[in-house]
Amino acid sequence: MKGKSVFQRMAAMPHIVWMIMFIVAPMLFVLYFAFTDTEGNFSFANITSLSEYSNVFILSIAFALIATVVCLVIGYPLAYFMAKSSPRMQKILMVLIMLPMWCNLLIRTYALMALLDNGGLINSFLESIGADKWHIVGSDFGVILGMVYDFLPYMVLPIFTVMSKLDKRYIEAAADLGCSSLQTMTKVIMPLSVSGVISGITMVFVPSISTFYISQKLGAGKIDLIGDTIERLFQNTSTYNIGAAISLIMMILIIVSVAIMNRFSDDDGGIII
Amino acid sequence: MKKEVIINLTDVSKAFDGELVLDHINLQIHDKEFVTLLGPSGCGKTTTLRIIGGFESPDTGDVEFNGKSVKNVPPHQRPVNTVFQKYALFPHLNVFENVAFGLRLKKLPEEEIRAKVKEMLALVNLKGFERRRTSTLSGGQQQRVAIARALVNQPEVLLLDEPLGALDLKLRKDMQNELKKIQQTTGITFIYVTHDQEEALSMSDTVVVMANGQIQQIGSPTDIYNEPENAFVADFIGESNIVDGFMLADYKVRFSGHTFECVDKGFDKNQPVDVVVRPEDVDVVPVEKGMLEGTVTSVTFKGVHYEIIVDIGGFKWMIQTTDFVAEGEHIGIYIEPDAIHIMNKSEFSDMFGDYSSFSDELDLLSDPTEPGDEEDDAE
Repeated sequence: MKGKSVFQRMAAMPHIVWMIMFIVAPMLFVLYFAFTDTEGNFSFANITSLSEYSNVFILSIAFALIATVVCLVIGYPLAYFMAKSSPRMQKILMVLIMLPMWCNLLIRTYALMALLDNGGLINSFLESIGADKWHIVGSDFGVILGMVYDFLPYMVLPIFTVMSKLDKRYIEAAADLGCSSLQTMTKVIMPLSVSGVISGITMVFVPSISTFYISQKLGAGKIDLIGDTIERLFQNTSTYNIGAAISLIMMILIIVSVAIMNRFSDDDGGIII
Repeated sequence: MKKEVIINLTDVSKAFDGELVLDHINLQIHDKEFVTLLGPSGCGKTTTLRIIGGFESPDTGDVEFNGKSVKNVPPHQRPVNTVFQKYALFPHLNVFENVAFGLRLKKLPEEEIRAKVKEMLALVNLKGFERRRTSTLSGGQQQRVAIARALVNQPEVLLLDEPLGALDLKLRKDMQNELKKIQQTTGITFIYVTHDQEEALSMSDTVVVMANGQIQQIGSPTDIYNEPENAFVADFIGESNIVDGFMLADYKVRFSGHTFECVDKGFDKNQPVDVVVRPEDVDVVPVEKGMLEGTVTSVTFKGVHYEIIVDIGGFKWMIQTTDFVAEGEHIGIYIEPDAIHIMNKSEFSDMFGDYSSFSDELDLLSDPTEPGDEEDDAE
C-alpha cells in the first residue's frame, strides 16, 4: 500500500525476521531433507517409501475426524446454550471452558491419565465396589477421549463468538415468518453460524491429526499415529529424511484440508484460521 | 363506518427490570385500518407492538385476536407478520429466498411460491432483483424486501416497527406514499410505530398517541390535531401555544388578561383549563385592533411563512405569519373563536407550550436522529 511511513514499515520488521528464522527456514529444511538421502544427495526414495506408512496416515485421519465430529456434536449445542444464556451465566461458562486451557496441554493429558489409568481414580473406584477395571488407557477410545478433552474449547469458542454476535432480530424474524424453534435452528441459526463451525473444525482437526503426545500417553504406546511416527523417525539420524518427507506430506494434507474448509465458509472471511 | 375489532388489548402492563414501560393500556384495533402508535422514545409504543407480535408477553392483562386470547400463542402461530426496524433480512439468502421464506415453511408447491414472490416483488417495485444478495441492496430496497417478505404470507395484520427510520428524508416520503398505497390495495390491517408525528398524520386512519406508557389519545389525524386531549398531545402533534386559562361560562374563556369567545362548553364555572392556540391560527394586527399585544423577540424565515416569537405578558407565543414584522416591533394579535381549543388540566400542564426555551424543547422532543427506543435497550 502507498503512503506507508518508515515507522509503519519498520513496525512489522521484528515479526518478519522472527518468521523467516523460525518458520520459513525450518520449512525449507524440511523440504530439503525430504528430497535428499542421508548423504545429502537428491533423491525421491523418501517419498516413494512413504507407502508403507499409509496405514498410519489413514488411522490418524480417522482418529482426527472422529475427534472433530465428537467435538462438534458436543460443542455446537454448548455454544448455542452459552449464547442464549444471561451475560452472567456466559461468564461462568466461559471460565469453565477456558480454565483447562490455562494449564499446559501436557499436564492436562497427564491429569487425564491419572484419572483413567489402571491404577487411576476411576479404576480404583471400580475396584473398590468390586467391578471390573475399565481399560481406557491404551484403547482407541482413550486416545479419542484425550483429543476431545484437549481440543473441545477450540470448537466451542469460535462457534460461540459467531453465535453471540448473531442479531437476535433474525431469530425473531424467523419466528415471525412461521418457524418453530427447531426450524429456526436449522433454517437460520445453523446457516448463519457456518463460519464459526468451519473455524472450530479446522482448529480441532489440525492439532488432532498431528498430535503425538496424546496417543503416546493415552494410547500407552499401543497406538501409533503420524505424530508418533514422525517423532520416532526424527530421533534416529538414519531415518531423519523419511521423517521430513512424512512431515511434508502432512503439511500438504493440512493446507489442502484448510483450503477446502475455507471454500465452505462465507465470503466475508469471518473465520479465524 | 363500523369495522370489526381484530385485536383487543385489555389492561396490558409490562415492566422491564422493575421499570414500568406499559401502564395498564386498553386498545382496540379495527379490521383493514392503518393504525399508528405515535410517541417519543420510551413511551411504550414498540413494546405494545412486540406484545401484539408475541415477542414479549404482558405482565398483566390480555391480548385477543378475533375475540380469542393469544397470550400463550407463540409468534409463529399468530396471524401477524412484522417488518423489523433494521429489516432483519436473512444475510445467507438472496432476495427471492428471503421473500419465499414464509411460503416454503408452509410447504406450498414450488410453482405457487414462484408466482407469489414474483407478484409481491412487483408490488414493491423490485422486479428483477430476485437473485441479488440482500447485502448489495440500498436501504430503501432492503426495506421493500422486508415488506414483501412479510406481506407475501397474507397476514391479517402487518406490524411495522419504525420501518422508515433509517431512510433519508426524500426516500421516506416516497415510501410513506407507497406504504399507504400497499395498505389500501391489500386491505391488510397495518399497525405502524413511529415517533415522527408528520409521518403519523399523513399515513394513518387512526393515530394512537402514547406517553409514559399510557395512551394519551386515540383518534383520526384531524381529530388529534384539532381536538388534542391534553397538553402533551397538543405539543407533540404540531406546534402549539398552551396558555393557562379558566372558563367563565360556556363559550367564554379568559386567559392572558382578556376574555375570548370560544366554541367549547361543558366545563365548570371558573374551572382552570389549558388553552391551545396553533401558531398558524393567530392573526397579526395593528396594536389598537388586537385582543392582546406584545413585543416580537425573534423572527425566523421559513419559506412559506415567518415564524415569530412574541412576548405577551411574559409568555412567549409562537406565531406563523406571511407578513413581515421586525424584531422589537410592538404588535397586536387577533384570535378567532374556532382557533381556540380548551383542554382539561392534566399531568402535562405547564410542561409544554411556552416558547421561551424553544430550541431546547425541540431537540428534546422531535430529534429524528435519536437512537432506537429505550425499550430496545431495555431488552
